[in-house]
Parts: sequence; structure tokens; C-alpha cells
Amino acid sequence: MKVSQLSVFIENKSGRLADVTRALENGRINIRALSIADTIDYGLLRLIVNDPAAAKSTLVNAGFTVTLTEVLAIEVPDKPGGLADIIEILAEGGLNIEYMYAFVGASGENAIVIFRIERIDEAIPILQSKGVRILTGDELHSL
Amino acid sequence: MYFWDKEAECMDRAKLRALQSERLRKTVKHAYENVAAYKTKFDEIGLEPEDIKDLDDLPKIPFAVKSDFRDNYPFGMFAVPMDDVVRIHASSGTTGKSTVVGYTRNDIATWAELMARTLGAGGTTKSDIVQVAYGYGLFTGGLGAHYGAERIGSSVIPISGGNTKRQLQIMEDFGSTVLCCTPSYALLLGEAAREAGIDMSKTPLRVGFLGAEPWTENMRREIEASLHIDALDIYGLSEVMGPGVSYECMEKGGLHVNEDHFIAEIINPDTGELVPPGARGELVFTSLTKEALPLLRYRTRDITYLDDSQCPCGRSFARMHRVMGRSDDMLIIRGVNVFPSQIESVLIDIEGTEPHYLIVVDRQPGQMDEMEVWVEVSPELVSDEVRALESLERKISHDLHSLLGISVKVKLVEPKTIARSEGKAKRVIDRRELNQ
Repeated sequence: MKVSQLSVFIENKSGRLADVTRALENGRINIRALSIADTIDYGLLRLIVNDPAAAKSTLVNAGFTVTLTEVLAIEVPDKPGGLADIIEILAEGGLNIEYMYAFVGASGENAIVIFRIERIDEAIPILQSKGVRILTGDELHSL
Repeated sequence: MYFWDKEAECMDRAKLRALQSERLRKTVKHAYENVAAYKTKFDEIGLEPEDIKDLDDLPKIPFAVKSDFRDNYPFGMFAVPMDDVVRIHASSGTTGKSTVVGYTRNDIATWAELMARTLGAGGTTKSDIVQVAYGYGLFTGGLGAHYGAERIGSSVIPISGGNTKRQLQIMEDFGSTVLCCTPSYALLLGEAAREAGIDMSKTPLRVGFLGAEPWTENMRREIEASLHIDALDIYGLSEVMGPGVSYECMEKGGLHVNEDHFIAEIINPDTGELVPPGARGELVFTSLTKEALPLLRYRTRDITYLDDSQCPCGRSFARMHRVMGRSDDMLIIRGVNVFPSQIESVLIDIEGTEPHYLIVVDRQPGQMDEMEVWVEVSPELVSDEVRALESLERKISHDLHSLLGISVKVKLVEPKTIARSEGKAKRVIDRRELNQ
């Protein structure tokens, strides 16, 4: 159910994002989704890729600090209120969202949103009991 | 010319030498009999206190070093019972433990007397209003200047450091004539006065006694122009006493060492040998009158040279050139001693491994020293959440502040971005231009 996300620490200086993406190209890694959280001095680049393990070793070899984090890829009905319904389920379960971002591409009529949720193992059954579809890594990569 | 104690300060050199020899013999005996660390140093090389008959015998005595204080922490270097100690101060050690110093009632009186000479050399009298903007507390600056000014009979404002607006207001309202603070704080005050539209040429402030950190002739010119004062350099370190070990006169041509209370030597820091007269090297002090904490050949790690030619002011005391550098890696930031090893110990506690870090020190014009610590993030440290990284930065910064007592900006950087040098890593980039 859970999907591996890479988080790469990059300093805020020109060319670093290009270095990361070029390194991934050299490792034949395809980026499926990304988001950047930034501060004045540095940023965290979060990536969903087709092969997380290979991507991690490629980036580590290129000198980056990389961590793998487990996130959920959740199907969100592509209509007004679709996202609100899901966030409400999590709120009712007392589960905080650390961060979230949209996936590039869709699953049929639905959008896909990447959620980083605290107590992820509790979140999965709660979401599933409400009929929310969570994509596996394989499903995500085959889209 | 201004003097607090002309008789002592202009003492005939031959008479001074005789006095130094007599006091040296007493101090050696006192240290040997009452401080185990000195006894051990003497016994190890078969030296007897009686072997030290006069100044020529001084080089026979083994050096004392800062780590002696750590090894005998906290009071092991004291030569009197705690009943006779009336004051304790402390400064940074090279690691977590501070360097602790003690004073008897007589030591405090001597210190006040020597600070009175220091302030007197810039013309301070009982008519003056002395604003002491050195920090009060374990740091010797505040209380050292305070007692000296009180000894003279001046009106002392114990405002301590910081709160620049209030400093300026009190300076204007009370009509302070004398300022005691670090040179970088004097620069800051000058800048702040200009911004506040205060015409310093119209205030009665006349002279500043600035020390506790290295500074330059350029800074002197800036301070004198912005505050409309004479800026005099003063020198001291807590191990030796505190401020007032040496002081500039209005000639501004080096700092007169209070030689009736301290013997200064200059050694080659690598060999420990005395350098030829007038040559540059590491400053070493022997105390001559201290009771609680006698010091025999204490290596200050400060680099300077001595000039024993007659000063036009009339004082016979030899002059040391303003401190030109260090023979170790100690930094002085806003008057506070900082060793890279202290920063390393904080990072090791947090990371649990050998950290890669860089200390960057800078001083913008008209600003206080800024210290940044750049820390390479390791995979163990990094998180996928910004707030976790921010809290890591805050934790490092907080722990450094607790240990050092000064605020430090922590900056996380990518791995392998801090240069690795052959052998000893370069841990410090000091962008202050301190040797002009």
C-alpha cells in the first residue's frame, strides 16, 4: 500500500536542482511526481520515481543526502469536494497530514494525491473502510 | 600626562627588576607549596623553589597552560583555602569545562588598583562618569572595570552589555565621559548614535577603554571618529587577572605591562625558547603578587612583541604591541573565547558521529561579530520534513548558546561541500580583518 518517496536535501544555490535531475537522467530514472519545500538556506526535494532504490543509490553516488520516506498515493475523485472528503476522513481519525502534493497524471476519472500522514499504518485501514482507493507502488509506476 | 600611580608606573628599571626578583621568589615558593600542579611540574624536572633566585632563573620554570585549569577543575589551581577566596570568575575552556579563577580580598584590591592605573592613563578622575558596558558576571570585563573606576572615585554606571538604545540614552542623559566596552561594541554604538541623529561631538564622552577582543588601528580610527573619543586598548585575561594586565597611555603606541605585578616573556610557540628582545612570539605571564591563583609562566597563546624602549609618556613599563594573533585556534567573538573543539563537542553530542562543520566569523562595518556554524547534513540527520530540519538547526544553535553564551547562526549545508584539507581540517574562516 505504501509508496517510497525520496527526499533530497539541497542548498539554495543555482544549479543544484539541475544537478539532481541530471543525475537521475543518467541513472535512467523517471520522475513521476515532485514537490519542493524550501527555507532561506536550503530546500527538500521530494520525489516519486519509477525505481526508488536505484534512484537513491544514483543520488547518493552523486553526493546527495537522500532519505526514503513512506507515503500514500491516494485516488481523489476529480470533482469539487473530492479532496475535502478524504481530508475529512483523516481529520475524523485524528490523523495529521505532514504534507501533500499532486501526482502528475491521473487514474481514469480520478486525480492522484501523495499524502505524508503521521501514523501511516493507522491511516490505511481507516481510508480503506471509507472506500478510498490507495495505489500500490506497482500500480503507480504503471500509470 | 595622566597617571594614577606615577611613582609605580615610572619606577626606575633597576629598582623594578629588584622588586620583580623579590616578588618572583615569594610567588614561586607560594605556588610550589600550595598548588599540587606546580609542585609536580617542579619535582618532575628536579627543580627546587630555591633554584629560582632572580629573573635570570625564570626560564628554568616549566610552563603552565590552559589545560592545567581543566585538569584541576574547578579549584585545583588555587593556592589558598576557599575561606580566603572572595570572588570567582570563569571563562571558556577548550572543551566543556570552563577555566575557573579565584581572588582573595588582596587580589581584588590589586586588580582594582591596576584597573585604576589603566583608566587613569586615559585621564579618568573622580570627576568622571564611567559607563561600564562590558558584561557583568563570570566574565571579568564588567566587574574589573567597575572596581577600577570606583577605586578612582568616578561615578560608575554598571549598565553591562547590550541594549544599545538604552546605552545611548543614558550616555546622553547622564553625560557619561568615559566608556568601557569591547571595540566592536564601541563601533556599534557609534553607528547607532549616527542613526539616532546624536551628535557625539556635543556629548561629554571623551575616552573609551576598549578590550577583551582583538582589534585594529582602522577600527581605532573609526571609533574615534564616530564617537569623538580617544580609544585606548586595554588587555587582560582572567587566568592572569582580568582587564588591566596591560594598558595603553595617550601615546597609543602599545600597551604598558604592569610589570611590578606581572612578568611578561615572549617565546617561540613551537620550541618554547625565549625569542630575541623585540621579536614576535607568544606572550607568557608570571604573576608576582597574586595570592589565590599564582601563575608561573602561563602561556597566553596571544602573539605579540615587547618594546622596552622609553615611552614618551614617562612610564617605565615595557609595552606590548596590540595582540596580533593566536598560537592556537581560539577565536574571540564579542569578547567571548570560543574554541572550535567546543563547537565540535556540541555537534558530536547531537549527531553521535564525527561532524563536518565550518565556523565562519564575520564583522560587517558598524556591526558586532557574527558567528555562523555550517554543518553538513548526514543521512542520519536529514529528514523529509522542513520543520524537523529547522528544529535540528534550533537545537544546535540552542546548545551552542548554552555552552558559549553567545548566539550562533546555524546553517545546514550539503554533504562534502565543506572543504576537506590534507591532515588537519580547516574549521574556521575568519573574515574579520584583524591584522591591519
